[in-house]
Amino acid sequence: MARRDTPEINAGSMADIAFLLLIFFLVTTTMDVDTGISRKLPEKQPEDVVPPILKEKNVFEVNINRRNEILVEGDQYMKVDELREAAINFIDNGGGSAEAMASEELPVCTWCEGAKDPTSSDHPKKAIISLQSDRGTSYATYISVQNELVGAYTVLRNRYSNKKFGKDFDRLNYEQQKEIKINIYPQIISEAEPTK
Amino acid sequence: MAKFGKKKKGMPGISTASLPDIVFMLLFFFMVTTVMRETSLKIQMPVLPKATEVKKLEKKSLVSYIYVGKSKDGTPGDKIQLNDRISNVEEVKSFIFAERAERTQTDIPLMTTSIKADMDANVGTITDIKLQLRDINALKLNYSTRKGSALDNIKN
Repeated sequence: MARRDTPEINAGSMADIAFLLLIFFLVTTTMDVDTGISRKLPEKQPEDVVPPILKEKNVFEVNINRRNEILVEGDQYMKVDELREAAINFIDNGGGSAEAMASEELPVCTWCEGAKDPTSSDHPKKAIISLQSDRGTSYATYISVQNELVGAYTVLRNRYSNKKFGKDFDRLNYEQQKEIKINIYPQIISEAEPTK
Repeated sequence: MAKFGKKKKGMPGISTASLPDIVFMLLFFFMVTTVMRETSLKIQMPVLPKATEVKKLEKKSLVSYIYVGKSKDGTPGDKIQLNDRISNVEEVKSFIFAERAERTQTDIPLMTTSIKADMDANVGTITDIKLQLRDINALKLNYSTRKGSALDNIKN
């Protein structure tokens, strides 16, 4: 008699339980996307390799000392926020004359809008940014400097791609990006071993 | 006439019978997407520097993480954490080799090392890690940063 009908389980609170679990997972989920500055390390060179001879005007020297002060081209103290402008001026200078560039088998930089100063870089492909820091430099300063230098290239690449293709560098297709990366504004940032 | 009178009966209540289903669906979505942190930090949580020129790290399965920061007990100097313990710089090589062993041959050149270093870490420590990585040809590197103005990094 007593076990004629088992009463149905009340499912009314099911929604509440599910909500509780839902809120738990909502709170614990971290949708963090990892972002960062991507760099490629140089390959290890054999001991006896002879470093290529560079013209001094084609090298943009940035030094950071252990007090996190930035010295540019060996004689100019700079703040981090001035660095991007200076790097753009250097890369975009395009001071090489037609004859000088012909000997290097490069076209004259017609897309450069810089000052065409003969004492600064000849061509974006020749322009090298050399970064040296001290072992005691703080990582924050180091990243800021790297960020500004990479930023200088981003500005120039965007300017070129906007002029030529009418859109930002990031929106170009693979071939167009490759063309800019290799022939127009290649990113040449060389890191010297830090001073002790 | 009676037909018009019927209108006044009011709206039927919305059935909530399918509410648990909807909620369960959401619940399963979040359960599946939640990733519990695999490694617990033995060092102080690094405060990442900010930068504007950031790229997203794609293919998370191909990323190995190296943490650099201060130790929890306040001993001076930067500590490097690989997997679950604080390690020497020399152990970076074996760490990367172990990471490589878990991937297929074709994926190895695509592997990226992400350095999550504290803002106050020294460049020297980072350089030591970079030299180790260069020695074993792990050349793709990513300095983990937050998005924001790089000028905030420098407090002066």
